[in-house]
Amino acid sequence: MKKLGRTGQGYLLNTIIIVLLFTAAQLVTAAFGGEGSFKLVLVPSIWQCCYLMILAASLNLVLGFLGQLSLGHCGFMAVGAYTAALLSLACERAELFKDKEGVVFILVLFACVLAAGILSALIGLLVGIPALRLKGDYLAIITLGFGMIIINIINNLPFCGQDGLAQGSAAASLYKNGLGFGTKSKVEFLWAALLVTIVSVTLMFMFVRSKYGRAIRAIRDDEIAAAASGINTSYYKVLTFVYSAFFAGVAGALYSCANATLSTSSFAFTNGGILNSTFIVVMVVLGGMGSITGSVTAAVIMFFINYQIKNGSWVDSLPAAVQAVFQYPMLVYAIVLIVVIMFRPRGIFGSYEFSLINLKRELKAALERRAAAKAERKEARSNG
Amino acid sequence: MAEKTPALETRKLGISFGGLKAVNDFNIKIYPGELVGLIGPNGAGKTTVFNLLTGVYAPTEGTVILDGQPLNGKKTYQFVAAGVARTFQNIRLFRNMTVIENVKAAFTKDVDYNLFHASFRTKKFWETEKKLTDKAMELLDICGLADKADVLASSLPYGRQRKLEIARALATDMKLLLLDEPAAGMNPTETAELLECINTIRKRFGVAILLIEHDMSLVMNICQRIQVIDYGQTIASGLPEEIAANPRVIAAYLGE
Repeated sequence: MKKLGRTGQGYLLNTIIIVLLFTAAQLVTAAFGGEGSFKLVLVPSIWQCCYLMILAASLNLVLGFLGQLSLGHCGFMAVGAYTAALLSLACERAELFKDKEGVVFILVLFACVLAAGILSALIGLLVGIPALRLKGDYLAIITLGFGMIIINIINNLPFCGQDGLAQGSAAASLYKNGLGFGTKSKVEFLWAALLVTIVSVTLMFMFVRSKYGRAIRAIRDDEIAAAASGINTSYYKVLTFVYSAFFAGVAGALYSCANATLSTSSFAFTNGGILNSTFIVVMVVLGGMGSITGSVTAAVIMFFINYQIKNGSWVDSLPAAVQAVFQYPMLVYAIVLIVVIMFRPRGIFGSYEFSLINLKRELKAALERRAAAKAERKEARSNG
Repeated sequence: MAEKTPALETRKLGISFGGLKAVNDFNIKIYPGELVGLIGPNGAGKTTVFNLLTGVYAPTEGTVILDGQPLNGKKTYQFVAAGVARTFQNIRLFRNMTVIENVKAAFTKDVDYNLFHASFRTKKFWETEKKLTDKAMELLDICGLADKADVLASSLPYGRQRKLEIARALATDMKLLLLDEPAAGMNPTETAELLECINTIRKRFGVAILLIEHDMSLVMNICQRIQVIDYGQTIASGLPEEIAANPRVIAAYLGE
């Protein structure tokens, strides 16, 4: 057998851990899947976390690694969600599968995820080519506009409303969805959500840890110098935007699995809930721009905060004034963001990526640093 | 008589911003392995010439010919692909990347694996990355930065940041290297080290170098030929001794 290098070992270790965790999740699902809060609370939460993680990580590619402010990310998610919902509905009406069962349904499910990503990526290409000629505030305005326009387009497409496809009419809500899992199916297909999330996050991670990642971080740090180093800046910018849109579309497909009814208002910029382009930006900033680990963690943290202030039983025991603040979740997110920015200006993780194989070494180095700083302080005190 | 193709040739190169002719009728020929100095008082248009030679500005007149190949209408990255590399007057590094990543980023155009290889970590990916690391370390070694490969570029001291810029320029595999005031803000020791670095590069890669510099002793020491511009016009060109004795140059620098 060929001897593996350090990096090779790292990848092997990661693969083994992921497979183990995945199997564990399967076993837990099999054991507790049928009843109680596992089925009613935990599994739906995991579904939501899954698409939020993909969404945050994909926005981080554009925001953290490429350094371009995009405020229309939920627009791509909407494209993905509607694509998956309508494609699966078409398959259901063509009687390819029944009652969300069988091998054909699983195939349809993954085909829908892929199609959602591809269509979203195509729209990303269309938007990205003209939009990425602009920078900073101007790009933010364009993408913000895109987010709003796409909602209006979907609202006015006759096959995207009411009962969908040929039975549809232009409306803000789509009531039929070939995927749209109930709580039972959510438990049954939890593995699919986890699998899609793992694969998506891994692919994004591989992207930033290759020549592509180097090129786009170079563009972020200094576009003129990047061009002068032979990097085709417009190509890499558009490519990253498209790649990011692809995964936003995949997240959208998971969203349409988790929700039986799709409503354009849930992707709108004015939406006060968790799905809001600015909210995704908050996740990325919170986790650390330039850290996939950070985005994934921040997505879970923000979901947890959002869930707790809306559903937590401890909220009732708080003073009325605090409860009043909780009526406006956006205020709470703002406070969380301010606190994080005060103590860790570069986000929770900065540009650090979690790695099992490096963990021991890093811990050791951190302890040594701390000890050294302590010794230095002590010396300074004894001298002064 | 067969003449060697110059690494760089410009013919009647010029650019106007509105009514202002920033550079006018700029002609230069640099042969491989030559080190030519470009000097002139502040605001003479030296950096504008560099921006024309790297495609940052599109010339309003004339052409840039690199190794016999005209580069009209090309973008900056295509200039680099054709073989022009540069450093900047005010250092422009990729500040939040490590030293070795700065160099590796400049290899991007020559890396031939695609998204598939990167996504699935194929053998080709690992081999290419390994090769890049080796090549990058070699370049860092030439510029005396090998020991700092894994620190952030922004944490390097000033003199070494300049050298890293040169290492990054070398990574593009160029035929012509443009150095914009490489010794600015350096102390005499750092300048001496830099000179050594530049000489190593010339010997090792046989590239043509065009240098902008204000430090006259440095220019007179190392340049084989010097071209002087003022108000966008070439006022003199020739050997260092000739330039030093040229009354027009002295007038331009000291005033009449």
